[in-house]
Order: sequence, then C-alpha cells, then structure tokens
Amino acid sequence: MAENGQHTGTFRVKSGMAQMLKGGVIMDVVNAEQARIAEEAGAVAVMALERVPADIRADGGVARMSDPEMISEIQAAVSIPVMAKARIGHFVEAQVLEALEVDYIDESEVLTPADEAHHIDKAAFEVPFVCGATNLGEALRRIGEGAAMIRSKGEAGTGNVVEAVRHMRAIVGGIRRLGVLDDEELMTEAKNLQAPYELVRWVAENGRLPVVLFTAGGIATPADAALMMQLGADGVFVGSGIFKSGDPARRGQAIVKATTHFKDAKVIADVSRGLGEAMVGREMGDLKEEERLATRGW
Amino acid sequence: MAGNGETNGAARGEADSARIGVLALQGDFKEHAEILKKLGVEPVEVRTLEDLTGLAGLIVPGGESTTIGKMMVSSGLLDGVRSFFYKGGPVWGTCAGMVLAASATTGERQPLLGLMNALVERNGFGRQVHSFEADIDVEGFEEPFTGVFIRAPFFEDVGPGVEVLSRIEDRVVAARGENILVTAFHPELTDDVRFHEYFLREVCGL
Repeated sequence: MAENGQHTGTFRVKSGMAQMLKGGVIMDVVNAEQARIAEEAGAVAVMALERVPADIRADGGVARMSDPEMISEIQAAVSIPVMAKARIGHFVEAQVLEALEVDYIDESEVLTPADEAHHIDKAAFEVPFVCGATNLGEALRRIGEGAAMIRSKGEAGTGNVVEAVRHMRAIVGGIRRLGVLDDEELMTEAKNLQAPYELVRWVAENGRLPVVLFTAGGIATPADAALMMQLGADGVFVGSGIFKSGDPARRGQAIVKATTHFKDAKVIADVSRGLGEAMVGREMGDLKEEERLATRGW
Repeated sequence: MAGNGETNGAARGEADSARIGVLALQGDFKEHAEILKKLGVEPVEVRTLEDLTGLAGLIVPGGESTTIGKMMVSSGLLDGVRSFFYKGGPVWGTCAGMVLAASATTGERQPLLGLMNALVERNGFGRQVHSFEADIDVEGFEEPFTGVFIRAPFFEDVGPGVEVLSRIEDRVVAARGENILVTAFHPELTDDVRFHEYFLREVCGL
C-alpha cells in the first residue's frame, strides 16, 4: 500500500524485519507474565500461543490459532515484537492475526494443518510470515509463496535437537551444493528440489537463502543454541525449552548469551553452570509416525 | 579455536585501511560490515570491551534495542562505548542504535547510552504492518534517500547541539552531533552507500 509516499508491506520491509532479529532468541510464551520474563531475559521477540508444543503433544486434539484476547494482552505487556501462529493453509486465521497487528505470522506445523495441499498465499499480506522447512526445496517453495523468513522445523516439543540439526544440515548443505553446479545442472536441480527455478538460481549465485534462516524445534540448552548457530542459523526459536525448564528466567538469559557468543566456548560453559533441570526430552524412536510434526506441510 | 577473520586480517598487516567497529551483540551487523568492506574500510565485529581498541568509528546497528541494551550492560560495553564516545570516538546508530543513543525514551525505562540530547519514541511509527519505505530529503544530500523504516523510532524532541538532518512531518528521523550520527531507518538494507560515506567522511573524518 502507498500513502503519503510511504510504501508498506514491501518485501524489503518484511524480510528486513527478520534481519533485525538476527543473532537473537525468539521465545514461546503463553501469557503476559511469561512474555515479561522473556523480554527481561533478552528475547528479541515472543511467540504468543495458548500451549507450548510439549503440551500440545501431551493434550492431543486439534491445535488452533490463539485467543485474540491473549495475544492482545501479550502485545500490551511487552515492547518487543509479538509473533503468533496460524494453521498451515488457514488464511483466515492469518487475516485475523494481521488485523490484530501481530508483527510476524508463523504458518506453523505445530498447529493442526487446515489444508493438506496448500499453504497460505503469503505475498498477499502486509504482515510478514515465517515458515518451517526440513530441506532446501521446502524452504524455497515457502519463499516462492511469499515467506520473508525461514526456520528449520526440527521436532517441536521434544527437547531433542537431533531433527533441528538434520534439517539445518539439509538446508545449508543444499545451498552449498548449488554453488558448484553449472547452468545446465541448475534447471535439473530445480526439478529435483521441486523449487522455483529463479530462486534456485539466486541461491546458487549468492550462496545463501534470500531471507533470514532461523532454527527451531528441540532446542533446550545454551549449547544446543550455539550448535545451531555454528551450523549456520541466523538465530533461534525456543519453544517448550524455556518455560518447561526448572528456572525459565536464568535459562532464557543463558540461551540468549550463548546465541550471541556462539563461537566462544568459555562463555557457553559459563552460562551453562548450575542452570537446573532442562525440559524432559524425548527420543525420536519413541515418537509414532503420526506424532511427528515436521512431516506436516510439504 | 578459530579466530575471527578481521583480527587475522589486521595481523597480516592491513593497517593502512581504517578499522570501523560494528556492535555485534545482536541485529543486522553483517549488513553494515558488507558495505564497509565495499567502501574499502575494515569492519570489526565488537562483542567485548577489548574489541573497541583502535577503532576509527563505531556503528550500533539495527536490532532489538532492549536486547542489545541488556547485553551491553552485562558485557560492560555500555560504559565502554560511552567512554569511547566521550574521548571523541565517532558513533553512528541506526534504528535500535538511534534509540540507544538517546538520552531518554517516552516509554518504559531501558538501558541507554545517552550520547545525544534527545527524547526518543520507540516504535514511533507503529507495529510491523505500518513499517514502510519512503524517499526522504536529507540535509546535505542532493537527491532523496530511500529510507527503510522497520518498527522505527523517531526523536520527538532534540536539545542544543543536535542538528536535524531529516524529518517526516514533525518527526526527526536523522540527526547528528559533533561525533555522532543517528538514522531511524536502515541504509544498510539498501544499495545506496551515501550514508555510510557520509559517516566515514563527515563524522569519522576519513
């Protein structure tokens, strides 16, 4: 939209917002009290949702967009950006979140998908979107739909970093591979990746995604966060890992510091001392196929 | 442990090019560093007090001002950057950096550097859906500059010693003092290097 020469909702404004979050930690919160603790711990943004993924897993049933009342309370409680989740393909939930003026929408596999075949047409919105991806092709399809930020999916609510590592390596490795292909090979690779050719070409030329790449799904400790940063993440989403732990305020601060000083093992050691109980983790082999969230979306 | 590239570069004897620090606690510091490289100066990522040594200038980038402020307190960089500035060190704050440079905010208390006599309104233009791009006139620039405003702040009021470089209506979006420059928008998100050149030439005297 253009008003008084001011253009809102441009892709540069949407992706630029994510650039301002780089090197930071975005924390899941379920009420205003937790949002204040997160802000105090140094979070760059909060994700407002009714239940953290670990509880969604435990409770079962259909997980939907949060109550607008709760989102508004969180917006009133903090000055940092507030994000919220819409179900995959549920563009009306996204319209509602845009009307609430959330700062970013996460079209998220953590909620129960509303459409098994289609994701939201994200380019049609003024508010920017972040989407999950398990590999490079999936990341580029979401960007093709207008996502202005990508996060590796991981396996939310498990406290187990193994899937986040797998997905980050798949995305970063995929980017590296494109760099050595010649022009003829790029079209074939676009076919293999099932990704838009122009985006494949852009990534091959620039050696990175055209948007910021965060990590998510299973990060529970400062060392987990630093691991993901060293693997190539621009920043970290922590869901259940903070408020399902023994001392959320301290753990939050520790993960924030480890994310900034991710190459400095002494700092990571220091902030990891006596943090108390991490959230209880789950082994991937114990998850039934239908319990896996990362396979939602395509 | 792998050292950072900048330090190694200096050790290899690139002492001729000026070293400009970019505060690298959080935010879009890499974007600033890329432009500095294009302009032939050596960017230095600043995470600790020691990193401030020998800098010809310092950029405080865009990011979350509350996060950056808290980390500046815990790392000692809040006092470190103040002392760098009061000894004459040139500083440029973009967006979050402009908030941190102010002496007071209209909202809740948060750690500030207080380098400039100004009252800042954080997120003054509103939430992200109101973020925008606009061509703005800047004092001393012949052509307009495309400002990218992201949950941007503005100065509601400025005191003596602050020269206003640009306004949107009555809102101050770019200003300078003797050794400080602030912009509410993000020149580092554009291909237009005029503000980086301005900082190096007019504020750092390079």
